Amino acid sequence: MECQRCHQNEATVHYTQVVNGQKTEIHLCEKCAEHEGYMDFNDDSLSIHQLLTSMFPFDQNVSQQQSFQAQQTLKCDRCGTTYQQFRKMGKFGCSQCYASFESYLTPIFKRVHSGNTKHVGKIPKRVGGKLHKQRELEQLQEKLQQLIHDEAFEEAAQVRDEIRTLKEELNKGKDGDA
Amino acid sequence: MSLQNFINDAISPWLNTEGIDNDIVLSSRVRLARNFEQVPFPTSGANEALVKVLEYMEQEFDDQSYNDLKQFQMIKMNDLKPVEKRVLVEKHLISPSLAEKDHTGAALISKNEQASVMINEEDHLRIQLYFPGFELTKALEQAQELDDWFEDKIQYAFDEQRGYLTSCPTNVGTGLRASVMMHLPALSMTNQINNLIPEINKLGLVVRGIYGEGSEALGQLYQISNQMTLGKSEEDIVEDLKSVVKQVIENERRAREWIMEQLGIQLEDRIFRSYGILANSRIIQSKEAAKCLSDVRLGIDLGLLENISKTILNELMVLTQPAFLQQYAKKTLSPNERDVFRANLIRERLQLEH
Ligand SMILES: [Zn+2]
Ligand SMILES: [Zn+2]
Repeated sequence: MECQRCHQNEATVHYTQVVNGQKTEIHLCEKCAEHEGYMDFNDDSLSIHQLLTSMFPFDQNVSQQQSFQAQQTLKCDRCGTTYQQFRKMGKFGCSQCYASFESYLTPIFKRVHSGNTKHVGKIPKRVGGKLHKQRELEQLQEKLQQLIHDEAFEEAAQVRDEIRTLKEELNKGKDGDA
Repeated sequence: MSLQNFINDAISPWLNTEGIDNDIVLSSRVRLARNFEQVPFPTSGANEALVKVLEYMEQEFDDQSYNDLKQFQMIKMNDLKPVEKRVLVEKHLISPSLAEKDHTGAALISKNEQASVMINEEDHLRIQLYFPGFELTKALEQAQELDDWFEDKIQYAFDEQRGYLTSCPTNVGTGLRASVMMHLPALSMTNQINNLIPEINKLGLVVRGIYGEGSEALGQLYQISNQMTLGKSEEDIVEDLKSVVKQVIENERRAREWIMEQLGIQLEDRIFRSYGILANSRIIQSKEAAKCLSDVRLGIDLGLLENISKTILNELMVLTQPAFLQQYAKKTLSPNERDVFRANLIRERLQLEH
């Protein structure tokens, strides 16, 4: 199979890109994949370089002109990276950039991560206390629904008690150590 | 230096241990991307701050051990000769872009080279764990433990909504990239691989033919990895990858049985010819070497070739890369000289088997 970009080399990197719910197959040679920023050598991480630079206007919900002006001047006040730079390079300058460019990020993440925008994985212990408990609470509530559905009322009562305890702890603002 | 000693130095010790399903899955890898909360990302070019990260990592973690991962050694890019960096790249312990970061780049590498932590590559930390065979769950567990060990001292950039913050939006959330390296000679011979790749892509996984040098997959080696890092837990990402890899393993096994039955003596001929080329050639290009090595490895896995160790494919694929050849030759080699040295090295390596 031929590389879609240079039309010379054999394509060795293959993946699907989901754009507005439409799946597109991408086939690139190693060189083009690296050049386009689709991946770095032993890392295979896919970059959104192209998504950011060319394909999308992701300011649909803001009025065109207003958003254009806002985009021109938007800048991360910690590291100085401008939104324009981020859009061009596809890379953030620091952790604060996420907050600085927040209003534009959700559609980007949706496109890159198949519609997902919210982290559901690991939480650092340091941050964790309250967040861990909230997660646990959500899980217990799901479990409770299931138990009620299965008519396992004895167990459901236990889970309900656990939920109550957890809620009290959360309300007290007592973070604890997760 | 004797060839045996050279190989011992050149091949990561973990690569020679046995692993589950390692007739098809050569190795498993898990990588976590992490950043310091208070420091600009390496992509910002704030070198002074990045050097502080490097110094901090050296002070806290150099010469330390964690659980099974013994003796992390800090290796700074600044202290390495170009060829030494190339060797680390060819061993997949560092990336080419880290090799270019003379003043800010470093790696913490465990003694058995199973764990390597790239410092100031695209993110402050890229924690990588390798396992032989199909061991993604173990690789994830150990990567998580290593991550906890660092997290005890480092305040990571983390956001409740977005998860671990990374310099590239493609890694945000878990920062996790899990991958396996698979040897798929029978799926390639039967051309089934061409139908399989789009199917795997549709499931949100990336397939990459490796050791390609800009052409097709050499040695029928393919890497499969997750594309998405946000919105799924680490465990789910790994489980989803595992279930696809299991199916690919089954397909490859079935295709191997099929070619054994259908091709019979022709397959045997192909394998022994390849062995003959490796054992006798005086000049060999990397492409031909890779094809022959793949055949020989298949012959070993099918029981057609005996008394040759399984690891020969991985080992010689690494050893016959340009930087290793030059290191073995102890001088710079032109491409033609490389082909001669490659042939020598392969012949000598095969002689060690007897
Ligand atoms: Zn190309
Ligand atoms: Zn910033």
